[in-house]
Amino acid sequence: MTDAAPENAENGEDQGYKRDQVVKIINSVITKVGAVEDVEREVIYKELKDLHDIIEEARQEVGLARAGDISAEHIPTATDELDEVVRATAEATSTIMDACDVISEKAAEAGEVGATITDEVMKVYEACSFQDITGQRITKVVNTLQAIEGKVDALMKVLGEKMPGISLGGEGEAEDGRVGDEKLLNGPQIGDKAITQAEIDKLLEEFD
Amino acid sequence: MNMNILIVDDYTTMLRIIKNLLKQLGFNNVDEATDGTAALEKIKGKEYGLVISDWNMEPMTGIELLKLVRGSNDNYKDMPFIMITAESKTENVIAAKQAGVNNYIVKPFNAETLKGKMSSVLGEF
Repeated sequence: MTDAAPENAENGEDQGYKRDQVVKIINSVITKVGAVEDVEREVIYKELKDLHDIIEEARQEVGLARAGDISAEHIPTATDELDEVVRATAEATSTIMDACDVISEKAAEAGEVGATITDEVMKVYEACSFQDITGQRITKVVNTLQAIEGKVDALMKVLGEKMPGISLGGEGEAEDGRVGDEKLLNGPQIGDKAITQAEIDKLLEEFD
Repeated sequence: MNMNILIVDDYTTMLRIIKNLLKQLGFNNVDEATDGTAALEKIKGKEYGLVISDWNMEPMTGIELLKLVRGSNDNYKDMPFIMITAESKTENVIAAKQAGVNNYIVKPFNAETLKGKMSSVLGEF
């Protein structure tokens, strides 16, 4: 290794060394090329090889990070999940209020006890306003995620142009690092991605 | 009570909640709109004793509706207007007051709060 070689490349303690090292190597090469009659070709070649190795390692690290998956899969999935929360709570709230309407109508015919029931039903109505509040909060989170998605897209575009040929992710299924049974745990499915109970029953029958 | 009330909110759940609370308070003549534009059309076509409006709606927000109402030369210019909103920052309340709101209710709220604010605007009922 030349005097410009990465000092911490072996132990990887400080990944921030690379930019400084690249600059050092380039400066070293420029100096030596400027006085080319005093230096052997092999020395310059060795330093350029070090430079190449550092750049290649950086390319591989960018590729392994699969940052493109963030905007291609992770954020769209998260926003879909949040939209589903809003839809499901709206549906449940509507069902609760339908039941309250029926109870109120019956309570109106029930005299003194009916008045107490109506008062309690009103509390249920009031509590149902949670759906509006949570809906607005979730919308804010979705907007934030979409802003992050836009920034990541812009970053990916720049990296894609600067590092042609490198895979930044975003194509195919994102890797989540889980294996075995753990990979089967994905929580409730969204709308058309879910299969119905009838489809599950039919699937099970095929095993009989 | 016979007074016409217009409630404005883009969440149908909230419209339903407010309508039920008003019914409980004795107000049965309640119309609904889902944004400021639709509300303004209703206001132009009918006399309302009170408007209860959300703030955050599209395309016309509650504060835009309020400013149009207060800035008009029509007979609904001084119509009582209560804002019911999740916007709970001081600057929101100040902006609404400067635009001419009669009262301001932060979500979530209950029937008692609604009745209290309505009484302060309309008088005891």
